[in-house]
Amino acid sequence: MSILEVNKLTLRFGGLTAVNDLSFRLEEHAIMSLIGPNGAGKTSAFNCLTGFYKATVGEILFLGRSIAAEKPHRITKMGIARTFQNVRLFKDMTVLENVMSGMHTRSSAGILAAILRPPGQIAEEKRIRQVSRECLDFVGIEDKADRLARNLAYGDQRRVEWARALATQPKLLLLDEPAAGLNQDEKNQLVELIQKIRNTLGITVLLIEHDMGLVMKVSEKIVVIDYGEKIAEGTAEAVKNNPRVIEAYLGKEDES
Amino acid sequence: MSLYYVILQQLINGLILGSFYSLVALGYSMVYGIIKLLNFAHGDLYMVGAFVGFGTLGLLGGILGVGWLGIAAALLISMLAVGLLGMLVHRAAYQPLLNRRAPRMSLMITAVGVSFTLFNTVMVMTNGEYETVNTSLGYSGISLGPVNVTYTQIVMVVATALLMLALHWFIKRTMYGKAMRAIALDPDACRLMGINVTKTIGLTFFVGSSLAAAAGVMAGVYYGSIQFFMGFIIGLKAFTAAVIGGIGSIPGAMLGGLILGLLETAGTQLPFIGSAWKDVFTFGILILLLVFKPTGILGKSEIERM
Amino acid sequence: MRSHLRIPERFSGTKGRIVSLAVIIILIILLPLVANNYVKEVITNAFFYMILALGLNIVIGYAGLVDLGYAAFFAVGAYTTGILTKAGLNFWLTIPIAVIFSLIAGVVIGGPTLRLRSDYLAIVTLGFGEITRITARNLKITGGASGLVGIRKPSLFGYPLTHSSDFYYLFFILVVLAAIVAFRLHNSRLGRAWQYIREDEDAAAAMGIDPVRTKLYAYMLGAVFGGVAGSFFAVKMTAVSPETFAFTQSAMILMAVILGGMGKLAGAILGAMVLVLFPEVFRTIGQSRQLVFGIVLIIIMIFRPQGLWPERRN
Repeated sequence: MSILEVNKLTLRFGGLTAVNDLSFRLEEHAIMSLIGPNGAGKTSAFNCLTGFYKATVGEILFLGRSIAAEKPHRITKMGIARTFQNVRLFKDMTVLENVMSGMHTRSSAGILAAILRPPGQIAEEKRIRQVSRECLDFVGIEDKADRLARNLAYGDQRRVEWARALATQPKLLLLDEPAAGLNQDEKNQLVELIQKIRNTLGITVLLIEHDMGLVMKVSEKIVVIDYGEKIAEGTAEAVKNNPRVIEAYLGKEDES
Repeated sequence: MSLYYVILQQLINGLILGSFYSLVALGYSMVYGIIKLLNFAHGDLYMVGAFVGFGTLGLLGGILGVGWLGIAAALLISMLAVGLLGMLVHRAAYQPLLNRRAPRMSLMITAVGVSFTLFNTVMVMTNGEYETVNTSLGYSGISLGPVNVTYTQIVMVVATALLMLALHWFIKRTMYGKAMRAIALDPDACRLMGINVTKTIGLTFFVGSSLAAAAGVMAGVYYGSIQFFMGFIIGLKAFTAAVIGGIGSIPGAMLGGLILGLLETAGTQLPFIGSAWKDVFTFGILILLLVFKPTGILGKSEIERM
Repeated sequence: MRSHLRIPERFSGTKGRIVSLAVIIILIILLPLVANNYVKEVITNAFFYMILALGLNIVIGYAGLVDLGYAAFFAVGAYTTGILTKAGLNFWLTIPIAVIFSLIAGVVIGGPTLRLRSDYLAIVTLGFGEITRITARNLKITGGASGLVGIRKPSLFGYPLTHSSDFYYLFFILVVLAAIVAFRLHNSRLGRAWQYIREDEDAAAAMGIDPVRTKLYAYMLGAVFGGVAGSFFAVKMTAVSPETFAFTQSAMILMAVILGGMGKLAGAILGAMVLVLFPEVFRTIGQSRQLVFGIVLIIIMIFRPQGLWPERRN
C-alpha cells in the first residue's frame, strides 16, 4: 500500500513554476529519495507535502487522505514529520526541551491542567520527558540533553532535529538534505541511522539529498526532478544510467 | 439643495483632512519601506512640527506678519527642525538596535519610548494646555455655487500636492532616492555596493519627518489650535492610510490618506456614527483591511519564502 | 543601582531563594502594622500593577506577541464589575462574569489579528485599545465620559472590606495567586509551546503546534489577568473612568514588563514595583515622570534589552 501518493502536483509563485505536474508514489516502509540539481524544486515539493506551501494544483494523499489543503501542524499530527534544510532548532532552549516539542501532538494537557496540575498532568509531563530522552538516546546524544541547543556542534544539532522529528512519532519522515554540512564519518552514521529508523521503528523515509553516494547507498527508489518536473524514477541503478538524468546533472553534450 | 451643499462641503473637508493624513502617511510608509519599522513616534513628529511652527510664527510674526509669508517661513523652519529631529531619533534610538540586528519587537518598543518621550516633553513644556494659533488668513475665498472654498483650503491642497510632487521627483530621479529604494530591497547588498546605508536611512527619516512637520504646521493653521496629544491619533490614522494604500508604497500612502480623509468625513455624516464614533469607524476599517487585504490597494503581495 | 541589583545573585541556590522569598513575604504581611495609609496605598497600587504586568508578560514575554492595548482588558473587567455591582449583584459573583467577558474580548481582539505580522498586531492592538476607551466614553451603560461612580466596596464572609489594610492584603493575595498561575503556565506544555513559537514559528508548526491557537491562548490568559485586576480595581477605587484606560496606561504596563525583562516572572514583579515606587520616591519630578519613563524605555532597549534584573542562565 502507498503511504504517500502525489498526483499532478503543481506549485507556482506568480510567474515562476517551482513544481510542475509532479506525480509519484511512496510505498510503506520504503526509503525513497527525491533528487535533482540545485533549484529543481525539491524543497518546494517538500514544503507542499508538509503544508508550508499550498499546492496550486494537484492532490496529495497520505494514507488515502487528502492533505493538500491542511495546515502544517495538522499534517504533523496525522503522522508526517520533517527536518529543515538549514537546521531550525529552538536555539535558546535546551536540547531536551527541543525534543519535547515533538511530543506536543502526543500529549494533551490544556490551560486548566497547567494551572491546577492534577496527577494526570504530572504523569504526562514525566512521560514527555521520558520519551524525549529515549529519542535522544536513539540518535545517540542523550548525554547532551541539558545543554543549550545553540552551543552544540553542527552535527549534533542535526541529530537534535532528527530526535525532535522522531518524538512526533511519525509514520513518514521527510528529511531535507540531512547530509548537508556533515563530514564523511557523520554521513556513514547517517546512513545507519536512516536504516535504523526504518528497520526498528518501521517509519517510512523520504529524503531530499545532494550527496549522490549517500542517496545511492540508502534509497530503494529514487525520483529525479528537474525544473520542477519528474524526469526519471526507479532504483539507484536504473536512475544512474538514465540519459535524461545524466543530461540534467551534467548538461547536454553539445553545450559543454 | 441642502444635501448637495453638505456633500460638497464635506468633500472639501475630507480632501483637506486627507491631505494631512497623506503627508503623515508618507513618512510612515517610507520608514517602513526602508527598515520595516513602524515608527510609532511619527505622529509625535507631526505634533512637534505643529509646535515648532507655532513657536516660529510667534517669533517671526512681528517681522513677517502672521499671514502667508510668516506661515511659509514657519513651515520651512519647522520642516528643517523636525527633519533634523527625525534624524536624531534614528541615530540615537533606532540605529543602535539595527546595528546589532535586534528583534523587531525591541525596535517597536523603542519607538513607543520615543513617542512617549516626545509627547511628554511637549506636555511638560506646554503644561498640557491647548495653544491657539492666530493667523491673519481669514475666511475669504471663492464661491462654487452655494459652497465657499477659502483661499486657505486651496493653498493647503496645492501645497500638499507640491510637496508630494517634490517627493516623487526626489525618490525617482535623485541618487538618494535610488539608494533608498535599493536599501528597501536588500540592505546588505547595498552595503557591499558601497552605499552608505546608515546615512541613507537617516535621510529617509529627515524627509519623512519634515513632511509630517509640514502637515503639523498646516493643521495648526487650519484648525487654529494645537495640543501635545494631537500626534497620537493622527499617527494611528496615518498608519491606517498607509495600510489602505499598501504600506511601503509612496503613491499608496498619498492615495490612502485621501481615501481615509473622505471616508472619515463621510462617516461623520452617517447616522449611528457621527463624530463621537468617528475614530472607532476608522479603526474598524483598519482592522477589517488588515485581516482581509493586508497588502492594501497599491501594495505588492509578498510571498513568504522559507 | 547596579550593585543593588546584584545582591540576589548571592542567594543563587534554591534554598537561599526560598529563605529570601519567605523573608519578603513576612515583611509584606507585617508592614501594615507599622505603615501609615499613604505607604499602604502606594504598595497596594504596586501590587495592582504587578498583576497587570504578570498578565501582559504572558502575552509579550512568554508568547512574544506585542500588545499595545492591554488596558482594554483591564477596562472590560473594571466596567463589568462596576456595572453589575451597581445593578445590585454581589461583587464576588461579578468576577466570573468579568473573566468571561475578558475571555471574549481576548478572542475578539486576538482571533482575527493573530495571523497578522507582529508589527501589524502592534498597531491593531493599539487601535482596539482606543476603540474600547472611546466606546466606554460614548455608551450610556458605562456612564459616558464621567464613567461610573459610587461602586460599593465588597465584603468577605460578612466582613466589609473598607480599610486600606484590607485591600493591601487582598491585592497581595491576588499577586501571589497570579504569580503561581503565571509560573505554572510557563512551566507547562502550553508554556513550552509559547516559547517554541516565539523562537521559530515555522519549526513549531512542523512539530505539530498550532500557532494561531497557541497565541490565542496567550491572549485569552493575558486578558483574564487584566480583567480580574480590573474587577478589583473597580471596587477598590469605587469609580471607573474611561480615561484610566488610555494608551498611556497600556504603555505603563508595558514599561513594567520591559523594565523587569520580558519573559521573567520576577522581572514583571520588580518592574511594576519600580514603576510605582519611583515617582513616589522622586516626587519632585511630578509631571515629567512619563518623560523619564520614555527615555528609560529607549535606554533599556539599547543597552539592556533583557531588563534591569540580572540574567540567571545555566
